[in-house]
Amino acid sequence: MIWALLLTPTIGGLAAMVLRPNWPRRALLLLAAAAHTGLVMACWKVRPTPIVDGWMAIDAVGLLFLSITSVLFLAAAVYAVGYLVRESHASSDDAEEELPFVNFPEAVFTGCLLLFLGTMTLVTVSRHLGLMWVGVEATTLASAPLIYFHRHHRSLEATWKYLLVCSVGIALALLGNFFVAVAARSAGGSAAHLTIDSLIAHAGALNPLWLKAAFLLFLVGYGAKMGLAPLHTWLPDAHSEAPSVVSALLSGALLNCAFLAILRTHTLLFAAGLAAFSSDLLVLLGLVSMAVAAVFIIGQADFKRMLAYSSVEHMGILSLGIGIGGAATFGAMLHTANHSLTKAMLFLAAGNILALYRTKSTTRVRGLLHALPITGVLWLVGFLAIVGSPPFGPFLSELTILKGAIDAGRPLVATAYLLTLAIVFVGMATIVLRMAYGSPPSSLRAGRLSDAHATCREPLWSVLPAISLGLVVLTLGVYVPPQLSDLLHRAAIALGAN
Amino acid sequence: MNVWLDTLLVLLILTNLHMLGSSRITACIRTVACQAVLLAAISLLAQPDGIGLRLLLLAAVTTTIKAGILPWLLQRAVREVGVQTEVEPIVGFTTSLLLGLGLLGAALHVAGRLPLPNDAGTSFLVAVALFTMMVGLLLIVSRRKAVMQTLGYLAMENGIYAFGLAFAIEEPLLVEMGVLLDVFVAVFVMGIAIHHISREFDHIDTDRLAALKD
Amino acid sequence: MTMLASIVHVMCALLLAPALPGVITRVKAWFAGRRGPPLLQAYYDLWKLLHKGAVYSKTTTWVFVAGPIVGLACAMTALLIVPMGGTAGVLSFSGDFLLLAYLLGLMRFFTILAALDTGSSFEGMGASREAFYSALAEPALLLGLVAMTAQSHSLSISGMVAAVTPVAIASPAGPALLLVAAALLIVFLAENARIPVDDPNTHLELTMIHEVMVLDHSGPDFAMIQYAATLKLWVLGALLVGILVPVRSGWWGVDLGAGIGGMVALAAVVGVIESTIARLRLVRVPQFLVAASVLSILALVLVMR
Repeated sequence: MIWALLLTPTIGGLAAMVLRPNWPRRALLLLAAAAHTGLVMACWKVRPTPIVDGWMAIDAVGLLFLSITSVLFLAAAVYAVGYLVRESHASSDDAEEELPFVNFPEAVFTGCLLLFLGTMTLVTVSRHLGLMWVGVEATTLASAPLIYFHRHHRSLEATWKYLLVCSVGIALALLGNFFVAVAARSAGGSAAHLTIDSLIAHAGALNPLWLKAAFLLFLVGYGAKMGLAPLHTWLPDAHSEAPSVVSALLSGALLNCAFLAILRTHTLLFAAGLAAFSSDLLVLLGLVSMAVAAVFIIGQADFKRMLAYSSVEHMGILSLGIGIGGAATFGAMLHTANHSLTKAMLFLAAGNILALYRTKSTTRVRGLLHALPITGVLWLVGFLAIVGSPPFGPFLSELTILKGAIDAGRPLVATAYLLTLAIVFVGMATIVLRMAYGSPPSSLRAGRLSDAHATCREPLWSVLPAISLGLVVLTLGVYVPPQLSDLLHRAAIALGAN
Repeated sequence: MNVWLDTLLVLLILTNLHMLGSSRITACIRTVACQAVLLAAISLLAQPDGIGLRLLLLAAVTTTIKAGILPWLLQRAVREVGVQTEVEPIVGFTTSLLLGLGLLGAALHVAGRLPLPNDAGTSFLVAVALFTMMVGLLLIVSRRKAVMQTLGYLAMENGIYAFGLAFAIEEPLLVEMGVLLDVFVAVFVMGIAIHHISREFDHIDTDRLAALKD
Repeated sequence: MTMLASIVHVMCALLLAPALPGVITRVKAWFAGRRGPPLLQAYYDLWKLLHKGAVYSKTTTWVFVAGPIVGLACAMTALLIVPMGGTAGVLSFSGDFLLLAYLLGLMRFFTILAALDTGSSFEGMGASREAFYSALAEPALLLGLVAMTAQSHSLSISGMVAAVTPVAIASPAGPALLLVAAALLIVFLAENARIPVDDPNTHLELTMIHEVMVLDHSGPDFAMIQYAATLKLWVLGALLVGILVPVRSGWWGVDLGAGIGGMVALAAVVGVIESTIARLRLVRVPQFLVAASVLSILALVLVMR
């Protein structure tokens, strides 16, 4: 079962690289994405048996992250097919500088997309620290060509920063792995294996100093990948320059994978009785990330960068929630799902806006509701959801984290948390509302807007994935299904909540 | 701890210092390749209990990739790019060298204070491993050329590998191979990126990659 | 007995030092496919110069005359300090390595003063370069000697060099000693104005360092400068040979013979280096010298760890 989960996207990806004709390849993308989602659904019914001596298994946390990834990927795949069709027709000059450029070969793009899914699956099913490291590094490598899809100098710059910052960060995480191995050495015997289960079983005997140092390295290494400030520098660049569908995947799925890696090590420290150390660090980095993101969101001139900084903010919220512990852990788990779905929806909408207005500038986009009625509504709804207004899912999860902070007796943290949320709300509201209302620029009205009917401007493929994601987010805000709630509870308990 | 191992470690330190002080990219690429060979030799010498087949295989694969294929790839990238092969540091060579010495002192200090489990190798090996990593990081932040940053990444990777040797950490073969594959693909992808950077900008200076900022 | 050996060493040095440049030139000539001047050419030159009169510019003062004399005096005193292998120096005492460094410094100082005294711009330029480069070479020399002190727990050069035995080189401190030797080799090349730092044979005064400083000296003065230069070559070479030729048999004749053989070999090596390596660009020289200091510091760190 786990093998099937891993091999479906991997083989699909390799096949897509060599497949010449366009349509079979696009069908393959959809098919593999759907098959993957189907397999994940089956995992909900019957938990698959661990493989390779328990190195790969699906536990509650893993299943949660795997499901988010899989659902997002399915939505993104639908969008990607339409996107690829449009890109193969559209005149290929740069949207901002009117420079001609040539897109990356579609076959490589599709292949990397599927390989990206395969590597993310590997991260979620790994129960071995070394294997997980391999997976996280592999996600970087599989996604780098995706960011470089539009082959021009800005996307190249983003790709280079992404590659370098993440590779260096993850190299540090490898050192963290070694530190854990050294810590386990003192425990002796079977704990020498880096499987999470055996490490947790012998957690008490691990050398605390080495373990703490290892956690620091993991936090820096995987934290760079997750986008925690001050190591987030690659994130806005990569998210703004990648095609929107890739940005959606990066924000919604990739960041989660890095987060999962941090969670695994946090569990380890928790089992070793060092939770106070790691929790404090997580809270601190969480607050710093939120603050940095809030500062950069205010007056942001590029709407995709704004979304990217919002991702930094939400990664901060997740880290904060885990750090606070208790009820907030449950909230953080729920928020992972909410944030991923909402952010993906926003990025897909942003892709539609970019396609029509051909600019990422927040000041040159006006009258969205008039020019793109469905996307405009999605944009507004997504904005309301991401800043945490009721009745959407993020409201519920952010409230749970707030409650956790107050219950844990940390009023200062709670205040800082609320304050940054408020700043982000104001900052994003100014930008988003200005984009949505007003009338479209006259050049646009005379040109692209006049020659096509509204439905042609927004074909079904471009709005359907975002609409369905939006519906899920809305549902999660009013009703959490018992299976999901059960899973979240089990995940939270595995992470040390009671 | 025998004198051969010590000599190899001193040579490893010298390769690091050479990279900090060298102004030719090709020389730096060769130095990184040397490092990989030295590491393989150290991995064979540092084993307290004999040389197994697994160790030999691993050393052979590591050497082939890190001292053979990757340097060849990078040399090719530099040649094809056809730009001048000066390193162009942000921090000057002399300053880098002195910084390197400071880092060495720091590494020795840290390694001397680490609570080493009793069966671990010398603290000197740990110090050299830490030093190699720090030099890698220094190269990444203090050099303009994309190739040099890639080399810094490789040096860092070498340092981490040396650290693993110091503690004789035995990861399963599958994982070790995975790590090696990742490093290989990372440098490969970076090589491709370097190629594109040179075509796009007619140079590979990363400090001119500055269009994206807030 | 040991005192006798030391005196024999000084005698040999005074007699044989001018032959070293001859060896270097012969090796270079051999590399270039020529026969080269005779080995004793330096002696002929000195003889010829001593029989000439000296010309003094009207603008010069007593400093110009004192320069060569002080230089020769310093070189000879330094010769009394340095050991040759296991053979201790005549004047060896605790802390003499500082005196050695400052004798070399004094010698350079007076050469620079004499050069400045002429008022010629060429010589001023050479003097400024000499001052700059030697300021960079001095830390390398001193730190290298300090590293040897740390290894041998002796404050006199003779003690330091005597502690370099085959056993010591095979011990964990061995790599450190080799690093010191590498650093001293760089200092040796720089202080004696050899390639790759300086080229004594270049015909362009703009690129010369040492030779351009002594352009205005003539006759016996110039002979003294030339002789002092060969003695300096011997002094610094003896330090290097002390590390690189660790023959400590106990019979002073054998040890001294091995040391002098080492000196000749060193001269041959310098000839090979000069034939195979190009001169560094002037802007690169400081980096080369800093590298020597780095090697010395590294050696010191290795010994002290």
